[in-house]
Amino acid sequence: MSGLRQNKLRLNNAPIIFTDSTCSAVSQVSKKAAHVKIKELKTAIGVIKDLELSIGRIFEEKWTELIGPTPFPSITDLREWDFKLLKRYQPLYMPFCDVCCLCTLGKCDLTGGKRGACGIDMTAQQSRFFLLGCCIGAAAHSAHARHLVEHLIEKYGRRFPIDVGGLTVEVEAPITRLVCGVRPKILGDLEDILDYVENQITHLLASTHTGQEGNNLDFESKVLHAGMIDHVGMEVADMAQIATYGFPKADPEAPLVEIGFGVIDLQKPVIACIGHNVPPAIEIVDYLKANGLHGKIEVCGLCCTAHDLTRRSPEAKIVGPISWQLRFIRSGVPDVIVIDEQCVRVDSLIEAQKIKAPAIVTSNKICLGLQDRTRDPIDKIVADLVEAKVPGALILDPAKAGEVAVRTAVKVAPKRKKFKIIPDVAEVIEKAKECASIGDCNDCRRACPNDLPIPEAMIEAAAGSLNKLADLYEECVGCARCESACRAGNSIHSFIIKAAEKKLKEEKFKIRAGRGAIQDLEIRKVGSPIVLGEIPGVVAFVGCANYPHGGKEVAEMCSEFAKRRYIVVASGCSAMSIAMHKNEEGKTPYEVYAGDFDAGGLSNVGSCVSNPHISGAAVKIASIFARRNLRANYEEIADYILNRVGAVGVAWGALSQKAQSIASGFWRLGIPVMVGPHGSKYRRMLLGRKDHEEDWYAYDARTGDKVYVGPAPEHLFYTAETKEEAMVMIAKLCIRPSDTTKGRAIKLTHYCDLHKRLYGTMPDDIHLFVRTAADIPVTMKDEILKILEEKRWKERTIPDPTILPRLIRKRKE
Amino acid sequence: MSAEPWQRAEIPGPKKALVFAKPEVVVTMVKTAKRPLLIVGHEAVNNGLNEEKVIDYMIRMAKTAKIPVVATAHIFGEFVKRGFQPATWMSVMDITNRLQDPEWKGLDGMGQYDLALFIGIPYYMEWVILSSLKHISPDLKTISLGRFYQPHATCSFSNLSLKYWIECLKVIINGLEAK
Repeated sequence: MSGLRQNKLRLNNAPIIFTDSTCSAVSQVSKKAAHVKIKELKTAIGVIKDLELSIGRIFEEKWTELIGPTPFPSITDLREWDFKLLKRYQPLYMPFCDVCCLCTLGKCDLTGGKRGACGIDMTAQQSRFFLLGCCIGAAAHSAHARHLVEHLIEKYGRRFPIDVGGLTVEVEAPITRLVCGVRPKILGDLEDILDYVENQITHLLASTHTGQEGNNLDFESKVLHAGMIDHVGMEVADMAQIATYGFPKADPEAPLVEIGFGVIDLQKPVIACIGHNVPPAIEIVDYLKANGLHGKIEVCGLCCTAHDLTRRSPEAKIVGPISWQLRFIRSGVPDVIVIDEQCVRVDSLIEAQKIKAPAIVTSNKICLGLQDRTRDPIDKIVADLVEAKVPGALILDPAKAGEVAVRTAVKVAPKRKKFKIIPDVAEVIEKAKECASIGDCNDCRRACPNDLPIPEAMIEAAAGSLNKLADLYEECVGCARCESACRAGNSIHSFIIKAAEKKLKEEKFKIRAGRGAIQDLEIRKVGSPIVLGEIPGVVAFVGCANYPHGGKEVAEMCSEFAKRRYIVVASGCSAMSIAMHKNEEGKTPYEVYAGDFDAGGLSNVGSCVSNPHISGAAVKIASIFARRNLRANYEEIADYILNRVGAVGVAWGALSQKAQSIASGFWRLGIPVMVGPHGSKYRRMLLGRKDHEEDWYAYDARTGDKVYVGPAPEHLFYTAETKEEAMVMIAKLCIRPSDTTKGRAIKLTHYCDLHKRLYGTMPDDIHLFVRTAADIPVTMKDEILKILEEKRWKERTIPDPTILPRLIRKRKE
Repeated sequence: MSAEPWQRAEIPGPKKALVFAKPEVVVTMVKTAKRPLLIVGHEAVNNGLNEEKVIDYMIRMAKTAKIPVVATAHIFGEFVKRGFQPATWMSVMDITNRLQDPEWKGLDGMGQYDLALFIGIPYYMEWVILSSLKHISPDLKTISLGRFYQPHATCSFSNLSLKYWIECLKVIINGLEAK
């Protein structure tokens, strides 16, 4: 295939490669088909007149970079690479329960090595379940992307150019280029990429059916494929919205915007947008501007819609992450609630009704039983909502939803008068007394994911003090399972919110709006120090807000590594949690650290679908700094990242299937991901064994010799029990085989320093990471030399590492 | 309290832990084990009654029964502060992984363990860890010394009051001290 410039035709989703000469016959590319019309064609075999040919869509590609071996890979094309990873990082399965209950043959007891009625065993069942989760996550993102692309094409046209960073970003779609081997230039190109993504998700999902895949490692390979595909889908979504909506384009100086419950102006009508798919929220802002209402109505959001809203409109406000949904609705602040998709509390409509706020539901993924009013006159919908004839409306046209939301908010706000359902102090005490009279039931605590001592707090509340209830606020994930469990029917979550009311109202912070991509220029600047190890690592705080002890731990970890001059990046709910804590000078991390992708910088890339800017940065280091061919060259780029790019993802509060598939996409690229203790409930880890020396050999590409490179990175997917354990592991997971001696010494300094501070001792595996005496940090030389002597350490070579034999430049006979 | 999972939504399946009728059973199990291992998580530092924390009881137990201790998370230093040197620190994921490997030589190079006792690990984490061991390491016996019922263990306490739980730990230590 090499040397021939090729183009990709997708016909019934089967890729066909053909050359430029064929391509020049294309006269028109339509949405659903390419049409070739030839009035008259003279050939050796005769004359053809009025030839009209309809075929699938065509990518008109004039990219001169050689195409790599795996364009648009199928679900088995990268299996060999996956198996290399899975040999080193083997799955640890941790089932919730003993049975499989996926089909009517079951339930099947899989204990003690038993197989189910279909023949599946527990390892395959667990990996199948993990794949299902990843398919759900990838489907959520790609369906989101599909909706966005279709909507934006309708609004801006298919030929609207993809520009995510102007002159600062030449590699506009690193993941898509890497996976698919194409460069999207216009919005219409994104549809073709999504065709591929959707096709792959269908195949992956099919493999989970009863009587399909039966081997756990093959399921795991498919998990990695799902993750990779997810990153393509997310990249498409974010490219589309950055290009069309005027979001910051790879801008390290994206504006600081307001976040927190306390930043919402209660004097104005408030519209709260919840979810991840931003068009309805943007239509609200556009309608306000077009109708002279800008500044008269407060528009705010929760979860990633809020991120994307502030990327478009910096005066909009972020309330907080997913765990703030219930407390915000119950506070009575929102006059209208606009729901789009993903990570929305599915009882939002019920909660909205309690505060007499109409809900406008805007996605076909979440209809909540509401009547479809998409084709109804706006005046009629607004009247019905204002008069509370209906609790809400399903409106699948974002522009119409935007107008309805604004006009309804204006009319509803004076009627509602911020009606809330948070009880007053006297009522909390009264209810707590009733609770105390029930006795020692503990149902609330036994329902709480964090095992919070709610009963003790209720007893103290019954005695007149709400202090212990207020103390629960920081660690409460806002799930309200305590309320569902309470046999007295108490609104315990509301009690906690009341007790912590002062704290809640004081939540006023700054976050840098999502910057989008990392500039090529930034990559050129940091590529060398990252690969050589002189910048000790890239730490990405991503994912949801299911924290064991509140978001403060994420902010602490973020500040620790920014201070140590790691490159810190963030996205999604984690990016918000980082913002919601101030230092002793009253500044949030975003006010302390610059937004550059550089040592000591803190970049918020944006929402969930912005995560490929993080994986893409690693890919761009291989492509831009190291000049490795990127196009459809997945294995080689992943091999480069695994061995050279010291990056680690931290999803401290990961809870969703989307977080699961996002992590899987990082693993296939050789980037480890760590989750907090609740992440153990994903029920599968990918762990290395540092005590198995044979697992940690790579080839020296210069000589073909097999060389011990140490357990770097030690794990691909890992649950840490505590923040302290996580911090030590972050430093360790940034170590890579290719580090120079200077770089390795810097990385080991951080690893040892954190280990000593948090564990009270030097690490016991330091000898595995010291290759030559020059790797030893000068300030710890005596201590480390003593350990090396005890461990009978021997000096070893520093290779040009690869685990792909085909990349060996000089083979031995 | 009854032998039902502490977190009510946790449903284990057909194979459930035996509940200790009395704490002395732990003593017997430890004494008859050829190679026991004690795994202590970070909550052992926070939980306890009055001044004495669970970690203090575990130190006494380890010293008395000469059981090697794996300190998980970051609490290795807490042991050292109390003048006790655990056999090693290792993350709970890593020790779980190694306990599933029949070829693992153990912390002392003498081979795999036949009894693992867990305490101080968050309930939901211990839940999946014990399940993992139940399914993948059927020859390993596991004991949950925690306050709440862990059905994926081989044996576990039922859900206990804090006071009674501490009493049980004392009974176990006293039992192990007796010849």
